[in-house]
Amino acid sequence: MKVDIKEYAPGSESAWCPGCGNFGILRSVNKALVGLGLHPHQVLLVSGIGQSGKMPHYTTANVFNGLHGRPMPAAIGAKMANRELNVLVISGDGDGYGEGGNHFMHAMNRNPDLTYLVHNNQVYGLTKGQVSPTTDAGVTSKLNPEGAFHALRPLAVAVACDCSFVARGFAGEIDHLAQLIEQGVRHKGFALIEVLQPCVSFNKKNTYEWYQDRVYKLGETKYDPTDSAAAFQKALEWGDRIPIGVIYKHEREIFEDYVGVSQQTPLVRQSIDPLAVEKLFEAFT
Amino acid sequence: MVVDLNILIGGEAGQGVQSIGSVVARTMLRGGYEIFADQDFESRIRGGHSFTRVRVSGHPVASAIDPIDILVALNAETVEIHRKDLQPGGVIIYDGAKTGLKPQNSIIALDIPLETIAADTSGNVLMSNTVAAAATLGLLGYSFDVLADVLRQEYGRHGVKMVDDNIKAGQAGYDFGTVNRPAGFQLRLKEGKPSGKMLVTGHEALALGVLAAGCKFVAGYPMTPTTPILEFLASRGREFGLHVIQAEDEISAANMVVGAAYAGVRAMTGTSGGGFCLMVEALSLAGMTETPMVVVLGQRSGPSTGLPTRTEQGDLLFALHAGQGEFPRAILAPVDAEGAFWAAVKAFNLAEKYQTPVLIMTDHDLGNSSYLMTKPDLSKVVIDRGDILSDEEAEKAEDYRRYAFTKAGISPRAFPGQGKALVVADSDEHNERGHIVEAGEERVKMMDKRMRKNTGLAKEIEGPTIRRRENAKLNLIGWGSTAGAIAEAGGILETMGVNASVVQFNELWPFPAEAVTKVLGGANKNIVIENNYTGQLEKLIRSETGIAADARIHKYDGRAFTAEYIVNALKEEGLL
Ligand SMILES: Cc1ncc(C[n+]2csc(CCOP(=O)(O)OP(=O)(O)O)c2C)c(N)n1
Ligand code: SF4
Repeated sequence: MKVDIKEYAPGSESAWCPGCGNFGILRSVNKALVGLGLHPHQVLLVSGIGQSGKMPHYTTANVFNGLHGRPMPAAIGAKMANRELNVLVISGDGDGYGEGGNHFMHAMNRNPDLTYLVHNNQVYGLTKGQVSPTTDAGVTSKLNPEGAFHALRPLAVAVACDCSFVARGFAGEIDHLAQLIEQGVRHKGFALIEVLQPCVSFNKKNTYEWYQDRVYKLGETKYDPTDSAAAFQKALEWGDRIPIGVIYKHEREIFEDYVGVSQQTPLVRQSIDPLAVEKLFEAFT
Repeated sequence: MVVDLNILIGGEAGQGVQSIGSVVARTMLRGGYEIFADQDFESRIRGGHSFTRVRVSGHPVASAIDPIDILVALNAETVEIHRKDLQPGGVIIYDGAKTGLKPQNSIIALDIPLETIAADTSGNVLMSNTVAAAATLGLLGYSFDVLADVLRQEYGRHGVKMVDDNIKAGQAGYDFGTVNRPAGFQLRLKEGKPSGKMLVTGHEALALGVLAAGCKFVAGYPMTPTTPILEFLASRGREFGLHVIQAEDEISAANMVVGAAYAGVRAMTGTSGGGFCLMVEALSLAGMTETPMVVVLGQRSGPSTGLPTRTEQGDLLFALHAGQGEFPRAILAPVDAEGAFWAAVKAFNLAEKYQTPVLIMTDHDLGNSSYLMTKPDLSKVVIDRGDILSDEEAEKAEDYRRYAFTKAGISPRAFPGQGKALVVADSDEHNERGHIVEAGEERVKMMDKRMRKNTGLAKEIEGPTIRRRENAKLNLIGWGSTAGAIAEAGGILETMGVNASVVQFNELWPFPAEAVTKVLGGANKNIVIENNYTGQLEKLIRSETGIAADARIHKYDGRAFTAEYIVNALKEEGLL
């Protein structure tokens, strides 16, 4: 049965500010899922806490909206339990790179077959405007009167962690972003898609116009995303020109295949047989 | 003669203390004896002083005793430290050339060249462990054949040569012990028929219970004393369709467990206090999202890193209160290996039935000590996964509400991908469908629903086990791993003409207040015995029943109680 975009109707009323970049990301996600031919019940959205974390509530799917910074381990747990689920992890720059930084690094290293969407508005939205790990140097907030010190370049971290799919999209380029999400979901392995997301309430620097003036599409250049050294360079590019598109991509073994058990039937469908434990008793007598 | 023999093997970490202890214990087991063995080691890999005690008895035992009958000293320090506990008529076994120890007139001893015998017979000095174990059995006049069987089982997987060499080394050690038996050593032990019981550590038994319960996913991070649970499960995972992940930290481990349980499998983690600190937020997440989560909290001495390889019962109130906000939870505290097995089975059932976190509290003592246990009757393992939609129901349940209001507070579960039912779970307060809400009224309704689960849960929790004695004037009260020592203290008191009832908790929350009031509310003096400083069970009893303790015995040196310790403490307190 063909998927209709209407299947992805909002589950509850949005609490986002009018004009927020999150709306564009939401539309791209819905479009991508339709493009992938997935019905909502085939999809699991796992999110953290922040404005991005609410996104799963504004569409239709299975949802696990967990803790601030912790959507990734919850998603890995769910994926290991049922590898047939199409799992998208929804996070923010504070959620994913700040509070969840450790999980970010280790998830990329493990390479589970998940798609990781980081709404990067370069600010903590939900807690009213503090700097985040990706805030441009010098940008101030009430809690950071001296200004942000130095911006993290998460995509370079991703390339360094041998993340098997690294991409960047822009909330103002809905079709392009939807394409990236489709590719990310199809990619066998861990797909990081960071999305430049204007926050109209708290980020007065990185606005729609600011991003629009700078972003360019890698797909329209001669860039080769399979070369890791070039990808590292590209991942650091930030300033007058900001690349969007696939930055790095290669295939490597996924976590689910490496660990023996779940290769067969998903764990969730494996039976329970207490009597089978009998054979272990002998060794203790 | 009533057999109650204490064999202590001491040496540096890395010298094979544990393997000698294990061979001796297993050989005694095969001869039908009751066994309790405990481990005392420092937080290091080489050097230091460590020992293992094997108590061999004609009647069931579940705690260590101090007086030593046979002291196997792999270094001189062992003699220095433990000599004071050597019983009159007891023997020291040592390698004079290796340890520099000299014979002394007043001490019965066997000087045995362990390494030389090992090298001469098998060409492998590592077999000196087997030589030492065999010499011990030779001294006692115990059957060599039983030892040979144990060696075959122990080394079988390393090939025929390994088995043969061990048996050769063992025979030589055994003969040496028999021929050179010191005249003053009178103890003899005859093997009987094997009882068929298992010799297992508390944590091995717990892990067996986890497998029997059908746990499919374990995420953890190494921390003494629960690492052996994770390792045991990892080694058996493939056979049982259980996947074990070593996570990057305990925060991740706990969130993975919640994610896996949400997706529909039985899932758990194991840690100690420090790791549990990092898991607390996920515990609350499980409470809010109503996700079944099983946590084994193996206590060790705190605060902070504390004594990493020592025991304590210092985390009870922490476990009880861990997590922001209020939500139902259960706390089990098994008292021995058998209890640990069944606690694991029960924990998964409670977690799934009530869709909430369940903690199994153990400690270093319970986890690492070896107990005898009758093979569990696996046909009695009930798997109760609670209220779950069938696949057909989930396929049709397009209007599914994960948090549907029900009388018992339990909403039927479905799993993502099970059918058309969409499963929406949230750590924010939510409505029946799982979507975020803020209105006070809705909040109250959902909070009430969650907390209603406590009514059913409370009925599942058993009161303390009670060993009543006629005309008792005292109640000796404890929880968890202290059971063996307290029970034995009760027995010693009886021989002294002081009757005490023993009240041991193995399930602690929801607190079985009614049962406790019944047993502790009488005229008997209530003495609460705890391996901690502040008396956490005592506080809990008081807060839940209003019953104050009359006296208390605390121990916080990182070592387990012995019966003698308890009896002496009672004397000192003037309670006898
Ligand atoms: C453990 C914990 N610490 C702090 C918070 C408060 N908090 C909620 S969202 C957030 C920051 C979110 O920033 P980001 O991920 O960038 O999301 P945005 O709101 O900008 O989309 C913080 C600090 C929390 N919920 N939990
Ligand atoms: S605060 Fe910023 S990120 Fe949050 S909804 Fe408003 S505009 Fe969007």
